[in-house]
Amino acid sequence: MLGISSQQLFQQLLVGLINGSFYALLSLGLAVIFGMLNIVNFAHGALYMVGAFCAYFLLNELGLNYWFALILSPLIVGAFGALLEQLLLKRLAGLDPLYSLLLTFGLALVIEGLFQNFFGSSGLPYAIPKELGGGRNLGFMFLPNYRAWVIVFSAVICFSTWFLIEKTRLGAYLRAATENPTLVRAFGVNVPRMITLTYAFGIGLAALAGVLAAPIYQVRPGMGADIISVVFAVVVIGGMGSILGSIVTGFALGVIEGLTKVFYPEASNTVVFVIMAIVLLIRPAGLFGRTA
Amino acid sequence: MKTMRLSAVIASLLLTTAAFADDKIVKIGELDDQSGLYADQGGPGSVLSVNMAVEDSGLRDKGWTIEVISADHQNKPDIAVGVARQWFDVDKVDAIVGVQNSGVALAVAGVAKEKNGVLLVSGAASSDLTGKACTPNTIHWAYDTYALANGTGKAIVKQGGDSWFFLTADYAFGHALQRDTSAVVEANGGKVVGSANIPLNTPDFSSFLLQAQSSQAKVIGLANSGGDTTNSIKQAHEFGITAGGQRLAALLTFISNVHALGLEVAQGLTFTETFYWDLNDGTRAFAKRFSERMKSHAMPTMVQAGDYSSTLDYLKTLEVMGGNPHDGAKVVARMKELPTDDPLFGKGMIRIDGRKIHPAYLFEVKKPSESKYPWDYYKLLATIPADEAFRPLSQSECPLVKK
Repeated sequence: MLGISSQQLFQQLLVGLINGSFYALLSLGLAVIFGMLNIVNFAHGALYMVGAFCAYFLLNELGLNYWFALILSPLIVGAFGALLEQLLLKRLAGLDPLYSLLLTFGLALVIEGLFQNFFGSSGLPYAIPKELGGGRNLGFMFLPNYRAWVIVFSAVICFSTWFLIEKTRLGAYLRAATENPTLVRAFGVNVPRMITLTYAFGIGLAALAGVLAAPIYQVRPGMGADIISVVFAVVVIGGMGSILGSIVTGFALGVIEGLTKVFYPEASNTVVFVIMAIVLLIRPAGLFGRTA
Repeated sequence: MKTMRLSAVIASLLLTTAAFADDKIVKIGELDDQSGLYADQGGPGSVLSVNMAVEDSGLRDKGWTIEVISADHQNKPDIAVGVARQWFDVDKVDAIVGVQNSGVALAVAGVAKEKNGVLLVSGAASSDLTGKACTPNTIHWAYDTYALANGTGKAIVKQGGDSWFFLTADYAFGHALQRDTSAVVEANGGKVVGSANIPLNTPDFSSFLLQAQSSQAKVIGLANSGGDTTNSIKQAHEFGITAGGQRLAALLTFISNVHALGLEVAQGLTFTETFYWDLNDGTRAFAKRFSERMKSHAMPTMVQAGDYSSTLDYLKTLEVMGGNPHDGAKVVARMKELPTDDPLFGKGMIRIDGRKIHPAYLFEVKKPSESKYPWDYYKLLATIPADEAFRPLSQSECPLVKK
């Protein structure tokens, strides 16, 4: 069919799902931050990179392996995110989202520049944890266990986050606080703290994606910049504030990109943006978005 | 009155000719990828190499004024051309050194010819720089795609790797490397079963590696460099490609790639280079001085060694000429007349097409158990003599070569 075998097709679909997991996890963090806080967080890619570096340092300086890094790195980078929010982003509350875009973009450049300065551009090695090494032969391809773990773990995190925000009381408070902070405050809920924690949570998701990426993509200062454009495109296509939209779109676009790599690899970098342009023309609010 | 006017005219004529006389002022620009995927192979290390060459030439002590500046072309030919034009036109730069990225180098070569400057390329790989795109102003120094193809390609085909699938960086360099390696493979009885053109700076190669695996080619040729090479090798490892019996030919590998991968993953890789820091006393002495001054304490790569060697030879030639005529083609012609000898590349010469000739070496990456000290990564498999390493003049498409 279409010049490639069904075996190859399944291979590429699976690989696309793996890449889609990263897109989904990262765009989820972005969607949470934008949907809840109205901040266009351009520093997301840089903090994803910091999460990966954090995992590297936890292993090489403190001897803490991957499993510790999965928990500690998001906490550490999330705390740093909370600090950023308290010191810098809070001052832009209520203003046009363009200001937060500029500030976070500047932050991204500073963070990436610092890491580039100290660590060069080639990157640092981070091994796949032994428990997830090797792979299994699925018949149509050899699937590394680690990549299977990435899909499963991302799906679990994405679903849990969606559940937390849409179906729990805490999530309800969060959603209410962004719609009408004054009224929610009147009910005795500490709104500023919720906002800081939400930002930290979004950043924590980015750092978690970074830890997941460390063993398979080189830990490089440029790794955030590589992926952030695609992630933003995903969020725009899915609908800027929609949690479910970003998850579904993330996985779907990973698959579409994967198929493009088979049929016309030269376009694999640009297909996501072409789709974004088409979606913006037809449905400006995104596939799952609500018009503002 | 008339004599005063006459003497004024004569004086101004003398002044104008004085401006065109040779002087002892040299300005060198290092144009490179200072921050992207190729920065560790050249980049800031190359700027250091150029400065070291200027210091080692001893010309400053002899009254010469030599200035070194640098810029980041970000792997974009349009930015590089803009910088090169400004350097030649406004900033009075005489020679541009470095220039990683073949697309950029080809574009800058055109500017250097137009402005009659000097271009000393050690970073870019495309053999077209001394082939159909050769100019009287360009010298291609450290290595090129023909040398890589001839060294690595021939060795692997002779060892039984007779079917190839290429993963090619989708721009001038990748295409040149694929073309030159395919020619060697086919000339030695092998065949190319397929290829995939991959955009530069792709983080994930899994899809392409799976295509290569499906093709069942015995060898997967990586016609890419820098971060792309590191990623492809790491991911090939992960997908069990090497364990499944297919061999990886990392056609352009630098010591910076091996360092980033770690010996556990990189061991056994075979490739061609024209410089290794631990090859002999000359290279070791340079490497020690270089790494002491590098912030990362990294060892010099073939590109950084080439930038040192080419800058030093350029300055030595100017000294022989007695001054800087600020005429690029003239200096390059003189460089082609003088034989070269430096501690990094040994004895060699520069051919009429601008190709610097020196020996090439086939290296294999050591196993972790074989490595005894930091950066002890390569073992020497074979030496390819200078007259065999590069494309023979008889096959050259360069218009400067008279047939």
